[in-house]
Amino acid sequence: MLEKKEKLTLVVLSGDMDKVMASYIIASGAAASGMEVVMFFTFWGLKAIQRDGVFTGKGLFGRMLGVMNRGGLNAIGPSRLNMGGMGRWMFKLIMKQKGVTQLPELRQAAIDLGVKLMPCQMSMDVMEINCDHLIPETTEPVGVATMLEHAKESSIQFFI
Amino acid sequence: MTDNPKLSLDFKGLLCPMPVVKIAQAMKQIQIGELVEAVATDPGVMADIPAWARSTGHELVTLEKQDKVFKFVVKRMK
Repeated sequence: MLEKKEKLTLVVLSGDMDKVMASYIIASGAAASGMEVVMFFTFWGLKAIQRDGVFTGKGLFGRMLGVMNRGGLNAIGPSRLNMGGMGRWMFKLIMKQKGVTQLPELRQAAIDLGVKLMPCQMSMDVMEINCDHLIPETTEPVGVATMLEHAKESSIQFFI
Repeated sequence: MTDNPKLSLDFKGLLCPMPVVKIAQAMKQIQIGELVEAVATDPGVMADIPAWARSTGHELVTLEKQDKVFKFVVKRMK
């Protein structure tokens, strides 16, 4: 009997450490539970699939954004109590002490389990982020229709 | 059939979602009908491993708390 896999679609709008973490935990947990998982990264969420240490932007605005809004899993801070980076440092330390799996390893687990990472083309244009700024495991950039097609086939859809 | 586990895994110190991620990966390393045993320290596995087994269709053979560790055995069903 050919079984159809259950499917989960996640729209990741947030680029905050805590929300990105929740996204990757849900994605890897679902993939581990046998679901097909699609993650659609839009706006701030693109930071979750940006390579570490690269500066984005071409024009003045884009470059300013790239500097003030650094992407990559090591650069992103919590949505509350970041206090200019102190919060990020503190949370990382606490999570390390408690043995919580760190973001890069979580994302890798998701990738290894076959989770698809889809960047939003329009957000990439707005923020002047190109494919070279993203980790190589991402798919080609897509638009809302692609996300909706996946969401329609999914039994669970999350917007984070 | 009293099989010995094909794999024996140590999930001590791992927190959510890693026990579930690792047990799912372990299923790919064994054949259908074979067993994996694992120990974990995260109390969350008491709820999560049974839920994972129900979702995936693999069989949770045993799950028990022994002192401070949680031991479980899973059988690959498909």
